[in-house]
Amino acid sequence: MGNQTSGQGTLMVNKATRKTDNMIGKDLWNIQLDNNGNLKHLLTIEGLSTEMLTSILDTAETFAGVNESVKKVPLLRGKTIVNLFFEASTRTRTTFELAAKRLSADVLNINISTSATSKGESLLDTLRNLEAMQCDMFIVRHESSGTAHFIANHVAPHISVLNAGDGRHAHPTQALLDMFTIRRNKGADFGKLRVAIVGDLLHSRVARSQIHALNILNTGEIRVVAPKTLLPKDIEQMGVSVYHDIQSGIKDADVVIMLRLQKERMQGALLPSEQEYFQLYGLTEERLKAAKPDAIVMHPGPINRGVEIDSTVADGPQSVILNQVTYGIAVRMAVMSMTLGSHSTSDDKQRKSS
Amino acid sequence: MSRLLIQNGRVIDPANNLDQVTNIYISDGKIFAVGDACEGFQADQTIEATGHYVIPGIVDICARLREPGLEYKADIASETVAATSAGITTLCIPPDTDPVIDEPAVVELIHRKVKNAGHANVVALGALTLGLKGEYLSEMAALKTAGCVGLSNARSPVHNTLVISRAFEYAATHNMTVFIEANDPWLSNKGCAHEGPVSTRLGLPPIPYSAETASIAHYLELITDTNVRAHFCRLSCARSVEMINQAKTMGLNVTADVSAHQLHLTEMDISSFNSQCHVIPPLRNQRDRDALRTGISHNILSAICSDHQPHEIDAKQAPFPATEPGISALETLLPLTLRLVNDGQMNLTTAISKLTKEPAEILGINRGTLSQNAAADICIINPATEWTLDANSLISQGRNTPFHGWNFTGKVSQTLIDGKVIYSAN
Repeated sequence: MGNQTSGQGTLMVNKATRKTDNMIGKDLWNIQLDNNGNLKHLLTIEGLSTEMLTSILDTAETFAGVNESVKKVPLLRGKTIVNLFFEASTRTRTTFELAAKRLSADVLNINISTSATSKGESLLDTLRNLEAMQCDMFIVRHESSGTAHFIANHVAPHISVLNAGDGRHAHPTQALLDMFTIRRNKGADFGKLRVAIVGDLLHSRVARSQIHALNILNTGEIRVVAPKTLLPKDIEQMGVSVYHDIQSGIKDADVVIMLRLQKERMQGALLPSEQEYFQLYGLTEERLKAAKPDAIVMHPGPINRGVEIDSTVADGPQSVILNQVTYGIAVRMAVMSMTLGSHSTSDDKQRKSS
Repeated sequence: MSRLLIQNGRVIDPANNLDQVTNIYISDGKIFAVGDACEGFQADQTIEATGHYVIPGIVDICARLREPGLEYKADIASETVAATSAGITTLCIPPDTDPVIDEPAVVELIHRKVKNAGHANVVALGALTLGLKGEYLSEMAALKTAGCVGLSNARSPVHNTLVISRAFEYAATHNMTVFIEANDPWLSNKGCAHEGPVSTRLGLPPIPYSAETASIAHYLELITDTNVRAHFCRLSCARSVEMINQAKTMGLNVTADVSAHQLHLTEMDISSFNSQCHVIPPLRNQRDRDALRTGISHNILSAICSDHQPHEIDAKQAPFPATEPGISALETLLPLTLRLVNDGQMNLTTAISKLTKEPAEILGINRGTLSQNAAADICIINPATEWTLDANSLISQGRNTPFHGWNFTGKVSQTLIDGKVIYSAN
């Protein structure tokens, strides 16, 4: 059990695993960058450099102002962005749509239930059809891990792919908006921060992307807190320390991130009941006192009040849950403008040379 | 009566402890003699094999040919041609065809197709239970009479332990070997990758070790009880090798095999969602791969097989979990095995034994040897040929291989079945 792991020891673990990160993910993230090292797709946080992450957050900072005063900028005028959602979503799809519209792009929302595709058209055929409609960017959510990667490997070269969640694998824009939220509240030096992620890590693409992002930004200590049934095997190799007890897990934390617990988890015999889960892992005001007094509480949403988090905490002074949603727009504007921006320059070059 | 002489090759026949440069004399489709001279033998045809290995034709203990049932992926004709080009002269197919091999008519259909194709020999395993449903026993005696060399429930689970026990007893009554693909379906739980750091990182539904090992433990007790002869198919875990070793030490009548790709690839190979490396059982870690190699070199495991599963292109064109598992593997079985020899992982005789003598013994067929009067199934290899695998040049109808671009040393130059040259590289 990692309950007694000291902060010092953890720092060393994090550094050691960061090296293997790069080796394992090499092929995976290479396709995200173009030949000039610019962001072409955003499929996963894994393998992105500290500079790249910081640059995205800095760009998002400039757009945060746009949201507050000017509502629209013409950066992506004439571009067509497709929200391709094979899985239900409200928040993510809406903020992507808002972000695209504020950049003056045209947005097409396509919701395809996976049962419909399994009846006939293959995923690849769906893509070909959309490509034929001269789109510039696909924002994809799908229940299978690796879908965004698969699509990026098969689309025409001028199209950018943004991963809006693939299975349990990655949800990079969520992780980026979380980093943006932490930076706004705690400053840019992640090295002095202790971050605890609590809940269903087994099924969480959000947690996986957060862990990569926190490691890349050199976070002092990253803890994960959950019963063994909700932790994937060998998660400590991602550079986190493991806790099974929330009290010690969030002790002296600067940031507490709660994850959503889906009701289906009882059926898989992963947990006995929501009541027992709340009793052992629910974040209450009393429990939050173990964290630092100025700790912030985050949640990717949608929240289950009384299951993983008490209403008094979710709506309380330390909660930044609604800020996360707001920042989501600026962060997604940043990613869209950076990926499509890199294309337009390379497209121009191609046109000139031909 | 045609007479054939293969001369001056390095003849390697583990069944007869033979490894020397000598001649093979073939008469009427059978091995007439092996040796430097054969009084009064007048050859109609002579094959010069100087500098070549001459080994018994390879016996592949598990290959799916997709016929009957999935002919859009491949068929008996296409795959038996691919087999002989790779030195494989006998293939054993599992019963999970459509229709299932659970009655003599299906066996006869397959034999007829094989005969029409006129390439590699094909033997079949019969279904252990009717329709592989795990409820009723198949007509094992009738299947045996029709030519089935063993029984298996393939990858389909038998939930009722009493049914397994009775099926084993009945198989033992008819002196038939049961072939077991050890998998606990609840533990593997629709997973598609080894439970470990890579599946955790990629968020792929995991398959724990216990899906295989708990199942092996369960079967070993039933084998002990029923005294059936059992063969475990395609192990993937270090712990499984240990368990088989213990069972053999205790005198249990068990054998086991491993697929060639499990001796080379690990979970790291799926780390970019490479669907060509989506296989079941999943690729595990380096420790497991090394234990499987040791299992072969220490004679705990008896055979290396292809676990051939040809697919149409679309089967691998989807997000990783949605792709179909399996590799088109006939044409890499010998190259991958020779690669282990070239890398010093095992000696040549052991490698050849695991491809010929031992799988033939497990299947109970009089092949995989150059003994006098055995069928003259022979594979002649040029051990010096260096070549690069191109997936698009595979002869199999399935082009799904993770070994595209791999360099190999050693290539089949001729394959003989029943004394006839059925494949020649030039």
